[in-house]
Amino acid sequence: MSVLVYVEHAEGKFKKSTFEVVSYAKSVADKLNTGLTAISIGTVAQDELSSLGKYGAAKVLSVSAEKLKSFVNQAYASVIAEAAKKEGANVVVLSNSFTGKGLAPRVAVKLQAGLVAGAVALPETDGGKFSVKNTVFSGKAFAFTQLDSENKVISLNPNSYQVNEGGSAAQVEEFQPATNDSDFKAMVKDIVRASNKVSLPEAEIVVSAGRGLKGPENWGMIEDLANALGAATACSKPVSDAGWRPHEEHVGQTGISVSPNLYIAIGISGAIQHLAGISSSKVIVAINKDPEAPFFKVADYGIVGDAFEIVPKLTEAVKAYKANN
Amino acid sequence: MKVLVCISNVPDTTTKITFTNNNTQFNTAGVQFILNPYDEIALARAIELCEGGKGTVTVINVGEASTEPTIRKALAIGADDAVRINIAPSDSYTVASQIAEYAKDKGFDIILTGRESIDYNGAQVAAMVGELLNIPSVSIIKKLDFDGTTATLDREIEGGKEVISLPTPFIASCAEGVAEPKIPNMRGIMSARTKPLAVVEPVAATALTSISSFETPAPRSAVKMVSADEVAKLVDMLHTEARVI
Ligand SMILES: Cc1cc2nc3c(=O)[nH]c(=O)nc-3n(C[C@H](O)[C@H](O)[C@H](O)COP(=O)(O)OP(=O)(O)OC[C@H]3O[C@@H](n4cnc5c(N)ncnc54)[C@H](O)[C@@H]3O)c2cc1C
Ligand SMILES: Nc1ncnc2c1ncn2[C@@H]1O[C@H](COP(=O)(O)O)[C@@H](O)[C@H]1O
Repeated sequence: MSVLVYVEHAEGKFKKSTFEVVSYAKSVADKLNTGLTAISIGTVAQDELSSLGKYGAAKVLSVSAEKLKSFVNQAYASVIAEAAKKEGANVVVLSNSFTGKGLAPRVAVKLQAGLVAGAVALPETDGGKFSVKNTVFSGKAFAFTQLDSENKVISLNPNSYQVNEGGSAAQVEEFQPATNDSDFKAMVKDIVRASNKVSLPEAEIVVSAGRGLKGPENWGMIEDLANALGAATACSKPVSDAGWRPHEEHVGQTGISVSPNLYIAIGISGAIQHLAGISSSKVIVAINKDPEAPFFKVADYGIVGDAFEIVPKLTEAVKAYKANN
Repeated sequence: MKVLVCISNVPDTTTKITFTNNNTQFNTAGVQFILNPYDEIALARAIELCEGGKGTVTVINVGEASTEPTIRKALAIGADDAVRINIAPSDSYTVASQIAEYAKDKGFDIILTGRESIDYNGAQVAAMVGELLNIPSVSIIKKLDFDGTTATLDREIEGGKEVISLPTPFIASCAEGVAEPKIPNMRGIMSARTKPLAVVEPVAATALTSISSFETPAPRSAVKMVSADEVAKLVDMLHTEARVI
């Protein structure tokens, strides 16, 4: 028995969500009195791989086969399942990222494992059961999902588990899985990344704006505030429906669910569908000219006033604070 | 071309979520059920791909008879026929098993699902069906083009997109951007009543997960208002009190 964690990288570098998932998997392994192995697929430098030891991985399997350089769902799932078998791992942990959402279900089927998607806490293992808290109803509630199978797969929501450091360098081992041609029917032709943009699902601070902003031409001040805070930008559904902002910024029940440390809502009324996607934010700030806006009922801090006056002032105040700290 | 669209029946987005039986069951009293919003996007794209006699769209739902109004809605929007696998869904794996079992010998070129169901949000069914049928799956796409032999999909990734090319058959889960949902017209609503809806008995499939209980998020403490003239004070509070900046 052991725990296996799949570690995602972007162009050879691990990011915070990877450290979260390794820290989480290490705590799961501790709970089960077993060790943690990580598996990385693609080109990642040795020292980057061994640095995962800091977060608790004793060993890192590195798959650097040319064929597996770009992400193919089916092939990656086969590799992860094969590694789990080789390591005798009966718990596999992944991030509930866009990539994890494609992989985890395939890995689970291959291992005949129950899958809990969107975990937000460590498993409870009292009385021989294995139960994991996860988000359901788009963040309107949580479930305790019990995994009844021998093998188990868990995908962890970003920003839901603290990064723990303390371990030392991990031992890196090259792993050469068997590959099957029928796994490579899909091909990645291109990857387009907006540089310098903070990724919304993983962001620690989110600055979000709604229809109160009147039009796309007014988003400059939202971006200025986001830049000052190092935040990602987001919006309400009508804003992306109207084409003022891209779809991938739409937050809520039918958009992205986020759980940042700080969510700042500007000119958003606070409809139930919007709140569903942001309710697990740690701190919420609402800025709205209507003192009766429903957002103030869920916010921790509020300012009643005109966004066009307040946002530039707030940006200045953030810059002043950053200059002094 | 044959396209299969998987549809789920979910609580309306305005539903206030509560539980009964000691928080072990979702309280459906007074809840209105709708076609999952993402499945509407998948269905709209399927209809566009098949327009002008290029193919047929079948919708499939795993559910009991109570889901039929939602299935009829999909027919009214423009699906050609429907299948209902007659069993209450217990977990994503059992739903995927039923869909895969039905689809395995029907020759569907493209299978589409929504990105996730807005009730249990697993975002699991598409990739599980893909695995069970041993065909490629692409989760969370924003664009789907098909030239008759090869499909080109944009898959969402953190901070960008990946452009993927693949042959049929495949399965993909659709998010916004793939198509605009379609509103049924009068003719659609009339013809939906007579379009075929087959009820198929389920195969045996064992659930691998079960939900032991639910919890609603802890209520938040009362809002602290900051005056519009003292914006800098908010920054100070976020730093010293909330400790988030
Ligand atoms: C099936 C379905 C799914 C949905 N899913 C989602 C979802 O996932 N996410 C989502 O966001 N919505 C969703 N919605 C829509 C949701 O119901 C609301 O309509 C939407 O959230 C409202 O967006 P808004 O707050 O930007 O706009 P409005 O409700 O128009 O609110 C604008 C706010 O701006 C304030 N304002 C105006 N001018 C200013 C100013 N100068 N300064 C400061 N404040 C100002 C107003 O007081 C008001 O509160 C969904 C709806 C349906 C039917
Ligand atoms: N009971 C069901 N019957 C048919 N399709 C379903 C069912 N449940 C989920 N799906 C499909 O799978 C997608 C993802 O659902 P989920 O994995 O539950 O988040 C949905 O958008 C539907 O397209």
